[in-house]
Amino acid sequence: MSSSNLIQDIINGLLLGGLYALIAIGYTMVYGILRLINFAHGDILMWGVYFALYAVVALSMPWWIAFVIGIALAGLLGFTVEKVAYKPLRSAPRISSLITAIGMSFFLESLAVVVWGGIPKSFNIYPKFFNRTLIFGHVRIQMLTFFILGVTFILLLAVLWLLYRTNTGTAMRAIATDIPTTSLMGANVNNIISLTFIIGSMLAATSGIMWAMRYPQVQPYMGFVPGMKAFIAAVIGGIGSVPGALVGGFLLGMTEIIVVGLFPNLAGYRDAFAYVILIVLLMFRPTGIFRVYSEQKV
Amino acid sequence: MKRISFKLNFVLTTLFVIGTGFFLLWVSNSFGGYWPRIITLMGIYGIMAVSYTLVNGVTGIFSLGHAGFIAIGAYTAALLTLPIQQKAMSFFIEPLIWPLNSIQMGFLPATIIGGLVAAFAAFLVGYPSLRVTGDYFAIATFGFAEIIRIVIQNSYNITNGSLGLKSIPPYTTIWWAWGWLLVTVIVIGSLKFSSYGRALRAMSEDTVAARAMGIDVFKHQLISFVVSGFFAGIGGALYAHWLTTIDPRPTSLGIMLTFFVLIMIVIGGLGSISGAVLGAIFFAFFAQWLRIVESPMNFFGINIPGIPGMSMLIFAIIFILIMLFRRKGIMGKDELSWQYIYNYFSKKAGDQD
Amino acid sequence: MIKIKGKDAAKKEVLKLENLTIRFGGLTAVDSFNGYLNKGELIGLIGPNGAGKTTIFNMITGIYKPTFGTITFNGINITGIKPQITTHLGIARTFQNIRLFSEMSVLENVMTAEHSWLQNYKAKKILHAHNPSEFPKPHWKPWFWSAVLKTPDYLKVERKMKSYAHDLLKEVGLDKYAHLKASALPYGPQRKLEIARALATKPSLLLLDEPAAGMNGQETQELLEFIENIREKFSLTILLIEHDMKFVMKICERIYVLDYGKIIAHGVPKEIQSDKKVIEAYLGDESYV
Repeated sequence: MSSSNLIQDIINGLLLGGLYALIAIGYTMVYGILRLINFAHGDILMWGVYFALYAVVALSMPWWIAFVIGIALAGLLGFTVEKVAYKPLRSAPRISSLITAIGMSFFLESLAVVVWGGIPKSFNIYPKFFNRTLIFGHVRIQMLTFFILGVTFILLLAVLWLLYRTNTGTAMRAIATDIPTTSLMGANVNNIISLTFIIGSMLAATSGIMWAMRYPQVQPYMGFVPGMKAFIAAVIGGIGSVPGALVGGFLLGMTEIIVVGLFPNLAGYRDAFAYVILIVLLMFRPTGIFRVYSEQKV
Repeated sequence: MKRISFKLNFVLTTLFVIGTGFFLLWVSNSFGGYWPRIITLMGIYGIMAVSYTLVNGVTGIFSLGHAGFIAIGAYTAALLTLPIQQKAMSFFIEPLIWPLNSIQMGFLPATIIGGLVAAFAAFLVGYPSLRVTGDYFAIATFGFAEIIRIVIQNSYNITNGSLGLKSIPPYTTIWWAWGWLLVTVIVIGSLKFSSYGRALRAMSEDTVAARAMGIDVFKHQLISFVVSGFFAGIGGALYAHWLTTIDPRPTSLGIMLTFFVLIMIVIGGLGSISGAVLGAIFFAFFAQWLRIVESPMNFFGINIPGIPGMSMLIFAIIFILIMLFRRKGIMGKDELSWQYIYNYFSKKAGDQD
Repeated sequence: MIKIKGKDAAKKEVLKLENLTIRFGGLTAVDSFNGYLNKGELIGLIGPNGAGKTTIFNMITGIYKPTFGTITFNGINITGIKPQITTHLGIARTFQNIRLFSEMSVLENVMTAEHSWLQNYKAKKILHAHNPSEFPKPHWKPWFWSAVLKTPDYLKVERKMKSYAHDLLKEVGLDKYAHLKASALPYGPQRKLEIARALATKPSLLLLDEPAAGMNGQETQELLEFIENIREKFSLTILLIEHDMKFVMKICERIYVLDYGKIIAHGVPKEIQSDKKVIEAYLGDESYV
């Protein structure tokens, strides 16, 4: 592999990793607070993309307004899903919430087939300017890449700022350690949980829209695989930890691109890497890189 | 409360099985078209659901890997029954490896081998996965099922890769499907109502207490997982010879199938064998019936266009409503035994007094 | 590895704990605990909350592996052996916060513990290696297949399990509730059921974790008689953790007092009652007297 290929791969890996990281934040925050794997997270992402597409195609809005609307509506959808399906089960056995989350994922996918149709649609609603390619020696980089990397970077900083520099963020992190105590201290647990779902869903939708710009095809099941991988990224980083989700996301994105770069004949197995990493990790260090939860006490 | 004796139970159950047999005979002789096919599918779904509820309900560990074992059973059995010339014809990207390219055997041995290979795969998956618990186990088994699917998709010289297998002989009749369902129910029922079954149910409630009572939790979970894998493989073998075409897309033998079987056992009640069978019958019946919703209708001269995907949406809604409002499903963890029916009606009668 | 001591070294000693120590991270929960139980004794283990009493139970039963020290049971070193095998060797326990299988019937709860009868091959091998003349070489049987195929062999065992479970329930006065869900029982009977369940594993050493917790005077008196009764009947050696001082002083032959993971006193009830350290650490607190 030549050095220019390597640079190209690293950039692609960063790009993919950033997209995973944005989705993984929602997973990890929800798990941190509710100990729930929100299987529907990837499907909320898909709905955000469809909303944006619809706003442009059917309502002829400018692309950037459509993107904002798609992201906002995804936040609203995340909020609704939590209120309707997860909140009533908060005191139920954890496995019931997990099954409900799987059902929610199935519901959002089926609803998308009914509302938007099962046939893949093209996502060519952003200006052609993004497709322009810049050439540095042997390395070719699309404007889109800069855009995605830039947005990802800014959002990640914003999330870290929110979590570690604001009162709301402190409340979120406090709830993740102990719901009863935090509610005694005066924080409104329900509001914080809703906010977590809204932020997580909006980040996922942003990632989904950029995903669709990069791989311009939209279909009802598009959220499932990125969602699962982002979840694995969250586990790699240590589920419950937001910095962990970032590290896990970038690590997974890099691994997928670099391994295929080094061993091109493994390309068909690319989607299996994440699961292999996950299983190996669960065997040897189930708490991930940033250990958040220790084992239960007898 | 009166307890129904073993003898009476045995006689009633035998009569019920014979009665069901005559009903199936009647259906397969006097109905044309798709109904015999749907009733066959009910039997196949029943096998998948009963084996799934053994792990997810009785043992209380939540696996999302069922489709992986179904796929292994399906591919193994199909590769063993496909005629040799047919195999030579379908494998045009890469030829099938020896000895699969020169074997053809009967349906029964192929099905059993399918089950055994799936059981072995369940052992290989379960051994590492069962070291983690709860939702981590769910994700690990899901990961293994996806790995199985991706390997099938890429192994052109064994599974024909993404092209899949076509022209599998349509051996699965009502009798094979419901016969195997009977075997599955007897074996898993016998397991559930034995000392081992008590151990599994105890573990599903409290692993720490179960260990303190001398139960090797890991070993028992693994046994349950392997037995479940075996019958999933049997179900897969029958499914392949019912579909006659199989391929490794996520929507055919992937996570979608696990979803479907999960819906069946949630409807039936997690942990109930009879519930799983009822859930499977319900699912197969309504999936067929709801096709009406998806096809265009002419309603008093008004044309209503069909809505594709509507049936799955309705199932998703039923699924969520059950989880929110009736988590026990139809049966909870109970079985539809004669005792259950007797108690049900005597309670009803008691209410009227 | 299981190390076997000379078989005559501790003939009457059922349990011996030597320098038992466990650390969680930086915290030493139990620090060099030394103690012993002779056959047939009823010994108390007391101390303020968080002193490490339940942790000692968890080490004896194998849920936790001690950082240092050895646990010897009937002359066999069982340090670090898995909980299910310690049960098969004859150690049974109850839990501080009752842990019944609440969805199962009372009878099934007891029968679940009897599953260990089919599962004790490894334990029997350990016993055989320890003392071949007393314990014959065990034969492994495919009980799983027998259970699924319902062979006569298995059905015989199943019948035996059922009748023994009924006997045990009669013993503790719960036989009339046999087919009730365990969660439907009132608190007192739940405690008794947990003890009956432990007895179903046919133990020689019984560990009781706060059996009198949440009981009133009358119930405690009944429990006292009940424990005395089963000790005789099943020739048990009993180690119990308890907060109720009157109860402990009445029933126990010797008492170990634990504070911050260390033994601060050991002796017969009279000695403990007058021990200065104990009074300071523990009895000084009016609520316990």
